[in-house]
Amino acid sequence: MSEEGNIKKFMFVNRKAPYGTIYALESLEVVLITAAFDQDVSLAFLDDGVYQLKKGQQTKGIETKNFSPTYRALEGYDIEKLYVEKESLEARGLSEDDLLVDVTVLGRKEMGELMDQQDVVLSF
Amino acid sequence: MLHIINKSPYTNSALDACLRVAQGGDILLIEDAVYAAVSGAAEKQVREAMKQFKFHALQGDLEARGIADRVLDGVNKVDYSGFVDLVANNKNCQSWL
Repeated sequence: MSEEGNIKKFMFVNRKAPYGTIYALESLEVVLITAAFDQDVSLAFLDDGVYQLKKGQQTKGIETKNFSPTYRALEGYDIEKLYVEKESLEARGLSEDDLLVDVTVLGRKEMGELMDQQDVVLSF
Repeated sequence: MLHIINKSPYTNSALDACLRVAQGGDILLIEDAVYAAVSGAAEKQVREAMKQFKFHALQGDLEARGIADRVLDGVNKVDYSGFVDLVANNKNCQSWL
């Protein structure tokens, strides 16, 4: 699978807020595994998934691991394609400045077109 | 692209999100999502989306819920082999969660 010329486009679609359920953390785990196989990985954040990237997460009070710094470390695994849907951000009163990592903000149409181009789409 | 939805449109935003973002293709309604395939508050949204998407619903799930006889015109009923055909005939697919 990791052979040269056999690289697939993987997209991880994240639509859930962190901490309330395990989806966000599990997505991150699978993203890192996929990166180890030298695939073309991109992450999409829609709906409550945009909350995963909110700056200033402090989890001490809920005694849960704060995994938000991991998004900043993805660059080190050559995962640099992070896409956030504009409409989802705006609906939650957020802007790009509220996010803890550099992302590409896309309108819903561009996001849909990007999904169409993928070989594999995994939803979390 | 094939979009697979498995949650009721009345308790979950998966169908809403799919219809907002996706740019056409096939939508297959399975499990509790088959409630979107019959008349109800979600009907208007589904009828509007039919201009852009081809809707399918899994026969077994419709029958299990007693609603197989009231499926909206334009929704294609499929059995499990039809499900496989949809997956095989599309370049890619996405299960919306």
